[in-house]
Amino acid sequence: MLQAAAGKGKSTTKKTAPARSTSSKPKVHDRYLEAFRWMLLSRILEEKLASLYRGGMIVGGVYLGKGQEAVSAACGMFLQKGDVFGPLIRDQAGRSAFGEPLIDVVRTYLGSVKGPMRGRDGNIHRGRPQENQLAMISHLGAMIPVMVGKLMAKRMKGEKGFVGLTTLGEGGMQTGASHEGLNIAAVEQVPLVVVVTNNHWAYSTPNEREFACANLVDRAIGYGYEGHTIDGTDLNACLEVVETAVKRARAGRPPQLVVAEVLRLAGHGEHDDASYVPPEMKSQPFAQDPVARTEKFILENGLLDANALQQMRAEISRQVDEAVSMAQQEDAPHAREEDWRGLSTSPLIDNPSA
Amino acid sequence: MSVTYLEAIREAQTQLLRDDERVFIYGQDIAGKFGGAFKATKGLAEKFPGRVLNTPISEDAMVGTAIGAALEGMRPIVEMQFADFSSIALNQILNNAGTHFFRTNVPVPITVRLPSGGTKGSGPFHSQSMEGLYSHYPGVVVMTPATVEDAYTMLIDAVAIDDPVIYCEHKYLYYHLKADALPKESFPVGKARIVRPGRDLTIVTYSAMVHEALAVANELRNDGFEIEVVDLRTVKPLDTATVLASVARTGRLLAVGEAFPWGGVTAEVIARVATEGFHLLDAAPARINAKDTPIPYHPNLWSEHRPNRKSIAVKARQILAE
Ligand SMILES: Cc1ncc(C[n+]2csc(CCOP(=O)(O)OP(=O)(O)O)c2C)c(N)n1
Repeated sequence: MLQAAAGKGKSTTKKTAPARSTSSKPKVHDRYLEAFRWMLLSRILEEKLASLYRGGMIVGGVYLGKGQEAVSAACGMFLQKGDVFGPLIRDQAGRSAFGEPLIDVVRTYLGSVKGPMRGRDGNIHRGRPQENQLAMISHLGAMIPVMVGKLMAKRMKGEKGFVGLTTLGEGGMQTGASHEGLNIAAVEQVPLVVVVTNNHWAYSTPNEREFACANLVDRAIGYGYEGHTIDGTDLNACLEVVETAVKRARAGRPPQLVVAEVLRLAGHGEHDDASYVPPEMKSQPFAQDPVARTEKFILENGLLDANALQQMRAEISRQVDEAVSMAQQEDAPHAREEDWRGLSTSPLIDNPSA
Repeated sequence: MSVTYLEAIREAQTQLLRDDERVFIYGQDIAGKFGGAFKATKGLAEKFPGRVLNTPISEDAMVGTAIGAALEGMRPIVEMQFADFSSIALNQILNNAGTHFFRTNVPVPITVRLPSGGTKGSGPFHSQSMEGLYSHYPGVVVMTPATVEDAYTMLIDAVAIDDPVIYCEHKYLYYHLKADALPKESFPVGKARIVRPGRDLTIVTYSAMVHEALAVANELRNDGFEIEVVDLRTVKPLDTATVLASVARTGRLLAVGEAFPWGGVTAEVIARVATEGFHLLDAAPARINAKDTPIPYHPNLWSEHRPNRKSIAVKARQILAE
């Protein structure tokens, strides 16, 4: 549901009621089932990670994307070879859809030396920057200009037809860095999609202590973006809107801002019981579980039968278990074998006891 | 021909843009006919269309963008309008660029130019020397050229280095320093240079303070003292070996820096000599820095806030008397 189009300087953002399907056969995005598989993979993998965390097998934090799987999956699915993805905290579904190997995730959480971060960084901070998956730093908003630079450089090198997509929470959208990054992207007119997922909480802080505008998508006009809103629990809407935004960015339209509404269905991290979320919020429409909602839709509309769904689950669980047992057998880093190099240029490494 | 320190920086950038298509310059007011607050890029935007780009006043995003471009194979140079404003970009420089190689094994070849140091009347927010602060963090190289020749070759070296480089260019030296010609070869990055040999006292310093130290060395020569002046050139990595070798010759150490006194480059120099060369010292090592207040506006205050010939000479005599 494209809700608003704010071209450079001229258009306005307007909100329309979500379209309701009246026909008996609802319109289904042709990649709906594929998306569901990424959602389910994310859910099953994250459940496994949470249980490893509870069992003391993962140090540091575990941050779940529970509640955000539909919008996140959509973020990864319309990117092609040569496109760049800048995922954030709750993007397991999108990372997998973009092509991040399952084993990368598990190795990073378990600290295997074979993982992309080799025990030097953990959890959601993983990435493969040379394969166009940026490795986020914690500081929220910092990855937006990095994405802008990637896209500018591609343009300078003469590449064509590429886009970048980066994600953000509504909390992270309030940093100075986010403002600078969103603005410079529009100044540079790079082919960028920014997907902000408002899960109503930034750790324990509710929306009313985060921002005071009516709707975050209204900022699209201010930045010179085209803006879209979606019900982030509705997979079909997520696929349509993100696909549209990606297409528009690819076609040379201004940067695209997508704002999805969901509820974070887990704690901030697995250490957090989220007891600050008022019970009445959990019955709001945006609080629906997108995985359950999608599954119900699939069954009710006969896209798959219960058997096939069960098979899909079993298959994913098996893959997750295999990845975990593989990573568990791999070496952890050793302080004595670590080279402790903070620079790639060996002769320039400062050595106080040289 | 004579070349100023500022012209050397401009010439280095001209060559970099000419010889390496991966290079572009990103900063505030650097493009068009204007060519930067200090004119370090004057004429370059016209000569190299699309490669000298004005940015919004967004230091964080400027560096973030440079990081992204570097990851995509470019060699961006970011010009901060003043070193002081790079505080806004500390996060991108130190937490993003500075951690990236360690975390991902992919280095980030960006060069961030910081017009640094005090000039008359510039006040608390246009005078800072931030080399100590940057050096404290891992993952960056910090250059502090003191001569026209180094300003030129070290900037070219900076862009060639695969890791993030903080290039601290001193604003006072921009117009005050001149050389006859630009050098063909560069002194190795990371090596300190003995700019004046001596036998009685080693003054270890860098950037504009090298010239203050040389003036003091000339003054004290009249009293029969031969002071050795070591120009660190890069403060990170710090060439401890050259410093220790000098102290081995003189037995006395004075470290001088224009930055604030707590911690920093001079403290690091003394710590290294004290821990690794204690037996070489015939007197307690000493250091002089700026005062521990914001940098004052009025020249009467400013000239006493920073180390100067007088304060360096007084301290040098004290050490020599021990
Ligand atoms: C600049 C910055 N300040 C504080 C934090 C600590 N922190 C990590 S996640 C988080 C909440 C983020 O909320 P939001 O952006 O809405 O994303 P969500 O966690 O809800 O997905 C905070 C405060 C941080 N990572 N970065």
